[in-house]
Order: sequence, then C-alpha cells, then structure tokens
Amino acid sequence: MPIDLIVNVVIAGVLTGLVYGLMALGLSVIFGVVRVVNFAHGEMMTIAMYAAVMLFAMLKLDPFLAIVPVAAAFFVLGYLLQRALINPFITRPEHSQFMLLVAVAIVLVNGMLMIFGPDARNVQTDYQLDSFAIGPILIDAARLYAAATALVTTALLFLFFRYTLTGKAIRACADNYLGAKVVGLNIRHLYGLTFGLGAICVAVAGCAMSILLEVTPQLGPVYTLLAFVIVIVGGLGSMGGALLGGVLIGVSEALAGLFIAPSAKSMVSFGLLILVLLFRPQGLLGRKS
Amino acid sequence: MSNSMNRRNFNKLVAASATVAGIAPFGIVRAQSRKLKVGVLLPRSGFQALIGQSCQKGADLAPEVLKGLLGVDVELMNADTETNVDVARNRAERLIQEGANVLVGAFDSGQSAAIAQVAEQRGIPHIVNIAAAPQITEQGYKYVFRNFPIAPELLRNGLVLTGEVFKATNTSPKTAVFMHVNDTFGQAMARGVGAILPKMDSLHFKILDTIAYDPAAKDLTVEVSKAKAANADFLLLVCRLNDAIVLRREMVKQRWNPMGIISPGSPGLYEEQYTKSLGKYAEYAICNTVWYNPRSEMTKIVGAAFRKHNPKEELAFHGANVGYTFDAIMIAADAYARAKSADPTVLAEAIRQTNIPVARRMSLGGPIKFNAKGQVEGNLSAAIQNQGGLPRVTLPAEFSEAKIVFPSPDYKA
Repeated sequence: MPIDLIVNVVIAGVLTGLVYGLMALGLSVIFGVVRVVNFAHGEMMTIAMYAAVMLFAMLKLDPFLAIVPVAAAFFVLGYLLQRALINPFITRPEHSQFMLLVAVAIVLVNGMLMIFGPDARNVQTDYQLDSFAIGPILIDAARLYAAATALVTTALLFLFFRYTLTGKAIRACADNYLGAKVVGLNIRHLYGLTFGLGAICVAVAGCAMSILLEVTPQLGPVYTLLAFVIVIVGGLGSMGGALLGGVLIGVSEALAGLFIAPSAKSMVSFGLLILVLLFRPQGLLGRKS
Repeated sequence: MSNSMNRRNFNKLVAASATVAGIAPFGIVRAQSRKLKVGVLLPRSGFQALIGQSCQKGADLAPEVLKGLLGVDVELMNADTETNVDVARNRAERLIQEGANVLVGAFDSGQSAAIAQVAEQRGIPHIVNIAAAPQITEQGYKYVFRNFPIAPELLRNGLVLTGEVFKATNTSPKTAVFMHVNDTFGQAMARGVGAILPKMDSLHFKILDTIAYDPAAKDLTVEVSKAKAANADFLLLVCRLNDAIVLRREMVKQRWNPMGIISPGSPGLYEEQYTKSLGKYAEYAICNTVWYNPRSEMTKIVGAAFRKHNPKEELAFHGANVGYTFDAIMIAADAYARAKSADPTVLAEAIRQTNIPVARRMSLGGPIKFNAKGQVEGNLSAAIQNQGGLPRVTLPAEFSEAKIVFPSPDYKA
C-alpha cells in the first residue's frame, strides 16, 4: 500500500479527530464540574449546525465567523438550561438525570424536525472543496481550519480554567464541592457558567462541522454516542483526554477503513472503548475517583 | 332513558341495530366500489427523504390524471416509512387496517421486501414502484407485483449502455474502481457486477478494487482515498443520493479526476439535490438507469400535470421517480377499472392480467405485462448525463436529448 495514501488517511483522521475532540470537550467539561452527563450533547451540536447554516443562508455569514454569535447565544442558553432545568436534578439519582436529558434530546430532535424538516441542509463556501498539496500529501482545507479552530478553542478554555479567578473557582467546585461551599463560592452560578462553557464548545464544534457535513435533525444521537466514546476513551472530565480521545478515534477509524474495510470503522472505535473500559476504566488521561 | 327502556322498546332497538348492522357491510362494499384506496408507502423522511418525496410527486398527481384517463377515483393513503424497514412494515399493517385496497411503494428494496411480506400475509396486492432486489418477486408471492427491473436486469442494461458510451465516444478504458453502497440494493448490484461483467464480451475493462460503504456515511475520506489509490481509468458507482454528494465532494478535495463517473443503474447522480449541492461538479456524471420515455403520450399528460402541481420544478429531475410511481398507481387503477371490484383477490387477479401498451406508460420499456412471478420484463435503461445543470438522455440514440461527453472535460490523461 502506498505510503502517501496512509499518510493522507492519517492526517484526515487527526484533523477529523480534533473536531470530534472539541465536540466531546463540552461533554467532558460539564461532567468534570457539574457531574451531570449531558445526553443531549449531539442534539445541541446539531442545533449549532443549523444556526450556522441559517446565518449563512440569511446573512452569508461564514460559519467560522458565525462562531461568535452562535457561541454567545449557546453560552446564555447553556447557562439558563442549567439553572432552570438541570440544577434541580443535581442531587437526584443518576437515572433521573439520565431520563431528564434523554427527554431533552428527544424534544430537541423532534423540534428540529418540525422547524427544519427532514431534508439535509448545508453551507457552500468558496474554500469548502479546497485542499493544500504538500508533495503527494493533500490536506483538506475546511478540515484543517476546523481542526485549528478546535485547538484554539481548547487552548482558550485551558487558559481560562488555569489563569482566571472564575476558572479557578470552577475548578475548586470540581475538586472539592463542600470546600467550595464553605469558602462561600456561588456554586449554582458556577455550575451555570460551566454548562455555558460546555455549550460554547458545542457551538464552536457545530459551526466547524457545518462546513464538513450536511445537517439533518437525526444527526444528533450519532454524535452524542460518539462524544461518549471519545470522553470515555480519553477520560471523563479531562480536557486533554477529550482531544486525545477524539484524535485516537479519528485515526483508528480512518486506519480501520483503510486496512480492514470502511464498514469496520465503528467496530474498531467501539473495540477501543471496550479495551479502555477493561484495562483503564478512568480513561487514558482520566483520574481515578 | 332507563325508565323508558321496556321490553317493547328494547325489541325495537334490537331490530334497528340489526338493520343497521345488516346494511353496514353493503355500505362498505358500495364505498369500496366507488373509490380505489391506494396506500402509498415512501421514505419521505430519513436519509432517503429527497428521493421519497420525489416519488411522492408522481403519486400526488395520479388521482387527477387517472380520473381523466380511466374514470377511476383513486384515494391516496400516504405513509412515511422514515427510511426504516421496521417502520415500513408497521405502516403497511396500519394502511391495511385503515382500509387500503392496494399498496404501492416503497422505493427501497429492504423496505419493499418488508411491505411485500405484510401484503402477502394479509392478502392485499402490493405493487412495487421502485426496488431492484430480485428476491422480492422470487418468493412465490401471489399478491406482490413489480414494474421495475430486478438488479441483474438493471445492471445488465446499465453495463450494456456503458459499452455503448465507450463506443459512441471512441474510448476504451481498461480499468475501473467499483464503489457501492452496502444496503440491500447495493449488495444485490455488487453481486450482479461480479456475476455479469465477466460474461460481457463488449466490455474490456478490469475492476481493480471494490469498495463498499455505508449509504448514511457522513465522511467518505478513506473510501475515496482507497479508490483514488487504485489509479483506475474510471469510477463505476452504485450509490444513493446523499452519499453520492459526499463522495463527489471528497473526489474534488482529493483532486481525483478519473475519465468519468458511470453508474450502471442507481439513483443519486441525476437528482436535483445532487446538482444543487455540487453545481459545476455535478456535470458529466453518467447514470445508465431506468428513466421515463420522453416520447410517450403518457409522459406528455403526466408532464403537464406535474408542471401544474409543481410549477417551480423540472420534470427531468423527478422523471424516473415520478414515472415509476405513477405507473404503479396506474397499474392498480387499470386493474380496478377492469375488475370493477376492490376485493383483494379479484384485484390481484386483474393486476396479473395487466397489458398496458408502451404509449400508455410513462417509464421507459415495453408493454406492462406481469410474468408468473409478478414481475414485468423488458424495462429499459437510458444513459443519462448531467449537462447544463439538467439530466439529459444521451443514449439510446432514438431517445437522446444531447450528445454524450466522455471523458469528462477536466480529465487529464
């Protein structure tokens, strides 16, 4: 098999994996702090994709520029969703949280079907079908921009958590809930902010994905499942783990498609998931509870 | 009320009830004889939604056209299969419960096979509009009929036309890479290519690699990389719509310019959404597939009704879907007009005796006659090529609307 073919496929897998990682990052951040698993994650990303598509259709706004308004709107929505709907469930059993968010997911999918219909929608930018050639290696331009966006967003999130007072307060909540309460941190507000930040990750991933994929309402559950696989492989609650998990899944699926069969892609990613669950249940970069 | 219910009143009530109960069945029979209730099952949502909706356009205009032509009142009972075999089966059950006299559908082989099972069990005629898997009419079913070529026939016609394309353009590609969807239809077509191609003396190309892929795939990077690496002269493709768009985009991104894309008989390449989504990159794709007969009288009639119902749409983008779906409902209406009964057994027998001449069918082929298996033989294909933003018939010459172009203009040998 030609080496340039393998390199091309690996590069495509890495770039796709970074975008997957960004999407899963939101799930990981929310769980790491709020300890709630967002089962409507993929559906929220689908809404972000629709927002990007609509902004492009109405205002000709490039999806990468649409990130700013969509992320801002998602932050507000995420904050409100957490405060109004999810917060009362924080102390309830996990199955109650699960049912709540599955219900939210179903409402979102059907709402999108009612509003947008079943047809696939997309954006058509000038650079969408471009690629950069480095010798025999071809790099998909749109995928490269999307991956770069994923890296920048992750870096900004990392800096926020590391160097801002609010970020440190959120980390304190995640590390020691009782201690954070004792020192007088406004936990509810910080949980709301965290959910808003997770929603920003989803919004950025959705805008970037709208360049790569056509959006349909049914897209959500597929990406919710994918996000779970990624964060479990990378480590639930770990930011670096989400990106690593995304890249691992992206590359392993690409190589499985190349060396085994394209239909074996999912088999390999779920095989990887089983191995991680067996030998490192906390995920590759996760901490033992 | 209870006070007035003495023995005499009770007897009157029983007698009245008996009269109503006795008359009611006749009422049902009269209702059945006035209208033919056609249960139309199509994938109007899910990943086949666009094609399902395209087929639906053919169904929607049928009652009006058939009333004028045959004097038959057709009532459509529409059901969405959601591109899901189990939903198709459930919807078929429900349509029968709700009084459908005949079922039509469902574009997809898997869904059609599920509906056929239900129709056979319940003894209600099912006319398949579009579905190529041979097994649908190989089960010995008595109530299942199909006016659409089976995969080997579709494929043979498509491959013969591929040879005709090469002959008409004085080209002789030596190699191909074969990509196909891995659903029921795609698998049947792939088996057919393996069985038929080696026996065709008119075709001299060799398949270097065969790549199956998921028709619901959102990313075909790896598949296209593999296909490109085969370095074949042209791409032989059995696709659906959405995957065809994803695949063509990926070809452009990976700068893969084979001599052309030729489909030996599948949807996708000639559809409006393909052209809308891809613009200039949709041009010159060739699909050797079932089509509508642009010269038929029925096409003129249906075409006029289509423009009335869909003033902003081009018939060319929906012709095959509209033609075969309309023809399926026409077969039911024609049988009903002859049988003068909606009794399923009588209707099925009348469908079996169908003999619709070429001029009265919209789809391309000979007279519509069912063989002992319930299959129409002699359906034809045409080489359709996207030119100037529209799918045009390029071969056979007697139906052609434009000259075939092969290799594609951006091909560099």
